Amino acid sequence: MSIVRAEGLTKQVETPDHVLVIVRDATFEVREGEAVAILGASGSGKSTLLGLLAGLDVPSRGRAWIDGADLFALSEDGRAQLRGRMVGFVFQSFQLLPALTALENVMLPLELAGGADAAARARRVLERVGLGERLGHYPRQLSGGEQQRVAVARAFVTEPKVLFADEPTGNLDSATGEQVIELLFEMNREHGTTLVLVTHDPELAKRCGRRIHIAAGEITGVD
Amino acid sequence: MKRIQIAMKMLRRNWSAGELRVLLAALFIAVASVTTVGFFADRVQAALDRQANELLGGDLMVIADHPIPPYIPEAAKGERLAIAETLTFPSMVSAEGGVNLAEIKSVSDSWPLRGRLRLADASAPQGEREVAGGPKPGTTWVGLPLTARIGVKVGDTLQVGKASLVVAAIIAREPDSVLDYFGIAPRVLINAADLPATQLIQVGSRVTHRFLVGGETKAIERFREAVKPRIARGERIEGVRDSRGEVRSALERAQRFLGLAALLSVVLASVAVALAARRFSQRQIDAAAMMRCFGATQADLFAIHAWQFVVLGIAGCLLGSAAGFGAQAAMAQWLSSFFTVTLPLPGPLPALRGAVIGFVLLLGFTLPPLLRLRNVSTLRVLRRDLGAAEPLSLAAFVLGLAALSALIVWQAGDVRLGSYALAGFFAALVVCAVAGYALIRLVARARGAAPGPWRYGLANLRRRTWGSLVQIMALGLGIMAMLMLTLVRTELITKWQESMPPDMPNRFAINIQTDQLRDVKAYFDAIRLENPDLYPMVRGRLTAISGKPVKGENYSDERAKRLAEREFNLSWSDELKADNKIVAGEFWKHGAAEPQFSVEEGIAKTLGINVGDTLAYDIAGTTFSAKVTSLRKVDWDSFKPNFFVISNPALLRSYPASWITSFHLGPGREDVIAGLVKRFPNVSVIDLTALMQQFQRITDQVSRAVEVVFLFAIAAGLVVLFAAITSTQDERVFEGAILRTLGASRRQMMTLQLAEFLAIGLLAGTIAAAGAVALAMVLSDKVLGVPYEFHWRLPVIGLVVGGLGVALAGLIGTRRAVSSPPLQTLRAVT
Repeated sequence: MSIVRAEGLTKQVETPDHVLVIVRDATFEVREGEAVAILGASGSGKSTLLGLLAGLDVPSRGRAWIDGADLFALSEDGRAQLRGRMVGFVFQSFQLLPALTALENVMLPLELAGGADAAARARRVLERVGLGERLGHYPRQLSGGEQQRVAVARAFVTEPKVLFADEPTGNLDSATGEQVIELLFEMNREHGTTLVLVTHDPELAKRCGRRIHIAAGEITGVD
Repeated sequence: MKRIQIAMKMLRRNWSAGELRVLLAALFIAVASVTTVGFFADRVQAALDRQANELLGGDLMVIADHPIPPYIPEAAKGERLAIAETLTFPSMVSAEGGVNLAEIKSVSDSWPLRGRLRLADASAPQGEREVAGGPKPGTTWVGLPLTARIGVKVGDTLQVGKASLVVAAIIAREPDSVLDYFGIAPRVLINAADLPATQLIQVGSRVTHRFLVGGETKAIERFREAVKPRIARGERIEGVRDSRGEVRSALERAQRFLGLAALLSVVLASVAVALAARRFSQRQIDAAAMMRCFGATQADLFAIHAWQFVVLGIAGCLLGSAAGFGAQAAMAQWLSSFFTVTLPLPGPLPALRGAVIGFVLLLGFTLPPLLRLRNVSTLRVLRRDLGAAEPLSLAAFVLGLAALSALIVWQAGDVRLGSYALAGFFAALVVCAVAGYALIRLVARARGAAPGPWRYGLANLRRRTWGSLVQIMALGLGIMAMLMLTLVRTELITKWQESMPPDMPNRFAINIQTDQLRDVKAYFDAIRLENPDLYPMVRGRLTAISGKPVKGENYSDERAKRLAEREFNLSWSDELKADNKIVAGEFWKHGAAEPQFSVEEGIAKTLGINVGDTLAYDIAGTTFSAKVTSLRKVDWDSFKPNFFVISNPALLRSYPASWITSFHLGPGREDVIAGLVKRFPNVSVIDLTALMQQFQRITDQVSRAVEVVFLFAIAAGLVVLFAAITSTQDERVFEGAILRTLGASRRQMMTLQLAEFLAIGLLAGTIAAAGAVALAMVLSDKVLGVPYEFHWRLPVIGLVVGGLGVALAGLIGTRRAVSSPPLQTLRAVT
């Protein structure tokens, strides 16, 4: 059964001279529990595609579904709620809130969803990612790798059905990147989460079950 | 040259990217509000002066006890001023009904230059009509009291010296009559052309010559400056401010308030500029680091940014001045319906002042961050956290604050007002900072107890301590200024209204003799008029202060000179009047036997009299002296008889005195005056109605001007609000996008923002309410001379409106964080 589905997804922006197509007519499915890599060079439109799949951006044309819910039939609020329930995120530049401690950053999605014992659950996940000692630290007091691990913890704390990761190692050195990837796949397996990962790194892409190749906004192949 | 080119390119790019809009907006409104207030205050001031000058019959006059020297009319012609001349002297006049002493006033055709005469006319509404100019040759207009005394009426012939003149009208009110405060006899107005025919002016005649001028304020001032050094003995220059205490104090208060409002606009605008400049330079850090990487020197960086600010400054100042001029023109158009005189055109000074203020503010607040930009680390390109957050370093604001201080004193144009405002501003700044910091800590500590989104809102407050503090201080100052102006304005306007109660005395009766006291009281009783207080008057000349002879030439001050040379009225009393307040020494006890004086503080200062000095007086040839035991502050607005120097009864009771009283007479009760004058022919009644109406009109207009200028200060406050809110907008939008990504609903996002803004608003409101009350107390008392009464309501309203206003503005200002798709935002910000 497909958990993520795209049909004719297109994103274009109008410049003064011409219409720039960033993603053209993307149609594919991701099955539950699957790990899929969206692979492409810089500027190929892969991050935009990911944003569309997660409902972080709205398409110019086309539709997308998460767990059967028609994303763009929902309001901005409806999409946010859906994400809160079903989706986790890991970004290239971590995107932690500087005002909050590691613990508070991880608690945030739980609290937004109104879940009980947010603190205890967040603490457990942070211990799982090896940051049990750094709960009260602010992002600026953490290294890049540590920040990304907080981001991974934040992504998994709500036990999402789908995890979107956008170049999760892009800002890390290779050793630290490797650790984060390990963690990501481990947690993916533990929770049975569907993983949709954007990367330009063929090695990383190989670790996923399927690869969707994208170039100049168009899907050029799936293997 | 290369730097300028780069700077201009950067300016264009920054502009397209929207980086400079807030700064330009803040600058624009700073200059616009200061210029508007400046232009407007300039014009209103001039109009008010001119209106007040109606009391004088001109804008300025030269008074002499001999013919006006020819250089004076020449100086007036040189400035292209309108001129008029009057001569006044006492003389007997006769008609069929009898003979009476009259105060003859011969006027040139151009008289009066300001104001209009009101003539009794039974057919006109309220029995009076207004006319321009004076009597035609061959005719005379006579004062109402004369009709009662010798029964003349319109059409009769009045004999004035050797001339026979036809009575053409009865004068109800003369614009400048109130200045002849103690002009005893009824007025007879004649045309200057008839003067020679009367043959009344002989060598040695007691004639007062008045030369009046009217015209542009600047020309009047030049005229005053040209004439002043040549003023000889027996001559003096007088403007309305020199002669009428009530009008002077009202005008001065109004001027101070307008100054204060303009001052606060400057302060508020500078806060807005500071916030916007801080935000701009923060956003330039990355670009600066990048340029350093590409080989830009520190000097390059400085020049490139400084040029951008210079161009921005010119644009902001030009646009702001133009808008200020436009706004005041519209306002003047609206206000002109309230003025009886046309508003004079404003001078160019306010525009210049606005531009200077704009530039000083811009440079004062952008230079420190600019200097920091020079030192930005190139490593920042690699490690973004290096030097990312610019904490509120006081050092960075020192230059701005110094510039602002200079501006405050300059704009105040009054050292006392300036120093109070400055001290108040700094005290407020420090108190805001300390209180704000403490409150942020307190709230942050308490956040654990708050539910989800509220907790994050409050956590933000603490995390952004410096940013929050800057916001709280800016908003606190903004709200404080607005509240304070509201408080002071209310007090000021109320005070004016209170100072003119409907039953205020509008007639003075003077020259009542001691043996008539009982009969006069009986007369007032008989006509059921509230029995007025009667005050004794003894005319005397001050001859020595503590043994030092008093001579006119010993004083440089014109007023002091005059006071030293002439007799003035002394009075005695056993009690301190309600409109008098002791400011030094002690008022004598009831029945004190020891002779002593109490002196009004203004004249004491002018003549250099202190408590403990001995004053020697000459009354009708007898000399005596006594100690000054107290100084009094007199409320000249009360329109009640008041005296510069009073003694205890033991000292003056034995000297011949006449008595003075004041009372209120409703419209249409002229019969009372006629009866009084008929029964006690020696008594003169002075009608203050015209003066009071003029005073009322002036204060009404000042109140309106005050309201309008007040609105501008409020507008400046709103800009601060806007700048303060946008100062943390980037962070908020970024956080909003993250929260959106993590599944936050619109409601949750709003709650979170609301928590933070409400906290900021309430904290700022608390500080502002407390500060406003404290400042208003000081300002009312020390600067405006209006005692301040504490009202609970306004601070509370301010607090609530401040809190809700900031919360609302905050939500509106950051709605982008809630409404746009998160990915776009994240991309835009990172």
